[in-house]
Amino acid sequence: MGSNWFAVRQELTPERRKFLAIASFLLPLLVWALVSYVPFIWHPMVKVTSPGDVEYFQVDMLVNKATFEEETATMQEEGKQLPLGVASNPIYLPPPHKVVEALSTAFTTAPVQRDGLWLHQSLWQSIQVIFWGFVISSLVGVPLGILAGTYSAVSRLFEPFIEFFRYLPAPAFGALAVAVLGIYDGPKIAIIVIGTFFQQVLIISNTTRKLDYSLLEAAMTLGTSRWKLLRHVVIPGVMPELYRDQRILLGWAWTYLIVAELIGTSSGITWFITQQARYEHFENVYAAILIIGIIGLGTDMVLARLGKRLFPWDKPANKE
Amino acid sequence: MQANTDPTSYLTQSDAVKARFDKLKQREVILEVKNLTKVYRGAKGETTALKDVSFKTHRREFVCVIGPSGCGKSTLIRTLAGLENYTSGEVLLDGKPVTGPGRDRGMVFQGYTLFPWLSVKKNVMFGLEMNGMPTEEASREVALWLELVGLEKFANAYPHELSGGMKQRVAIARALVNQPRILLMDEPFGALDAQTRCKMQTHLMEIWRNIDITILFITHDLDEAILLADRILVLKAHPGEVQELIEVPVPRPRSPDQLFTPEFIATKARLEELIHPPTAPVDEDAVSVPSRMIRFVNVADNVE
Repeated sequence: MGSNWFAVRQELTPERRKFLAIASFLLPLLVWALVSYVPFIWHPMVKVTSPGDVEYFQVDMLVNKATFEEETATMQEEGKQLPLGVASNPIYLPPPHKVVEALSTAFTTAPVQRDGLWLHQSLWQSIQVIFWGFVISSLVGVPLGILAGTYSAVSRLFEPFIEFFRYLPAPAFGALAVAVLGIYDGPKIAIIVIGTFFQQVLIISNTTRKLDYSLLEAAMTLGTSRWKLLRHVVIPGVMPELYRDQRILLGWAWTYLIVAELIGTSSGITWFITQQARYEHFENVYAAILIIGIIGLGTDMVLARLGKRLFPWDKPANKE
Repeated sequence: MQANTDPTSYLTQSDAVKARFDKLKQREVILEVKNLTKVYRGAKGETTALKDVSFKTHRREFVCVIGPSGCGKSTLIRTLAGLENYTSGEVLLDGKPVTGPGRDRGMVFQGYTLFPWLSVKKNVMFGLEMNGMPTEEASREVALWLELVGLEKFANAYPHELSGGMKQRVAIARALVNQPRILLMDEPFGALDAQTRCKMQTHLMEIWRNIDITILFITHDLDEAILLADRILVLKAHPGEVQELIEVPVPRPRSPDQLFTPEFIATKARLEELIHPPTAPVDEDAVSVPSRMIRFVNVADNVE
């Protein structure tokens, strides 16, 4: 049955898996390349190469296709010199090669302003905000989640309020966070914490509850006291699932980053992106967004590898 | 006990078997259950899971508990282990009442329940460590017990690398290392294939012979019960009550070769009678086979 690509819930051969993983990235890239390089696909603008006798046209100016055709028709009627141009995409959709170029030049280009930051400095700022936000959230959220999953009393006391609070959008606390924590990193970290913490407690308590209860029973019949159960059965038992949860939650923390960084003084990668967009350097904007994706996926892959090392006894992780 | 001279009756005991039972009953009582009753209070009112269950087990006795589904076998053993509360009655271990789970009653579950994050060795060591034995001493103990169950080569394997039979052997070692007064086994071989189950039965008897342990073993397999038990506690369902405590007349040492001896067959017939009475009351699980079935095949294509 190994020859079938669409066997229901059957794993593919390693070669096919690898092939599809690569294809999953190549496919969107292909669409982007087609839209960028094939002139008759989309290309709603015209880039002027020679203005002809149209007064307001300039070389390298982007105009709507309709406008361009209108002006061409007018010039023809009036017997003047025709403008020339090539079909082109709007400025906000740079072709892949420009973005790839930007990926390398972004790190080697000095900031525009003298007190500005290099890209790697901006990134480092962002990573620090994420890191501290996630660490602070986890320091409280993970133990609380485990306790809530273990003891019904903890769950009943905390979860109803947390359930309510998690619906409040984290960015809504932006102004408040600035008022309390100032305009620098404080409020940004706070937004990440607010965005992560409440989900974290609920997810981890749920994971903890899924631990097979018969393991606890077995431990009790072996003479484990109630207090030792938590440390010797619950915590080691949920560790691999908890680790997977943390990986997912870290991904969520990244999604709060951009909003968090707009609060107070704009900073980090968001500052870089807004600056580049202001000067219409859209290839740099795409490059920066790509870098976020690469960092995110990269850390997750490293963490997945690490997970396999940390929990050699965990079957699902080793099957992945 | 009525006098019975019918050689095919399950009540007939050879002199050797009788002498053995007399000797067994001289031993001290390990577990005594007096009028144990358990009532569940659910949404649909009260359900009596166990009603007035009373029995005694003597030291180094092997008792099997059987009964139809819903007879409360599992509830009984879980109550004895201290994992469930009971409504009234008494459970005494060495004369002391049982309150909650404890290491004096080891338990082996059908679902293995090995700790997946611990190696075989660490699994067996778990009870000793929880009770404060120094690691070095515990390690020596564990080596001994792993040898007993024949898994010394797998000391560093993780449970997911073991077969079902091996897992259950680890679970047995893990329970026994604590040196409990009684070993409670809740359908321990229920999930194993027939061949492995047979090996495990022999293995368990070997273990039981060689160490000072009393065993209470739940099963729904009649052959298994007769093969293993000194006495069989037969429960009946709705509510779970003791129907009979049968002294198995099959002489020891036991082996699967005895499956067709008269004593074995007589005992099995009696168990069948108790568990599946001829005038069967309403049994929800029963699948009735119609006497005349529609034929879906050609007559010429007969398989018999």
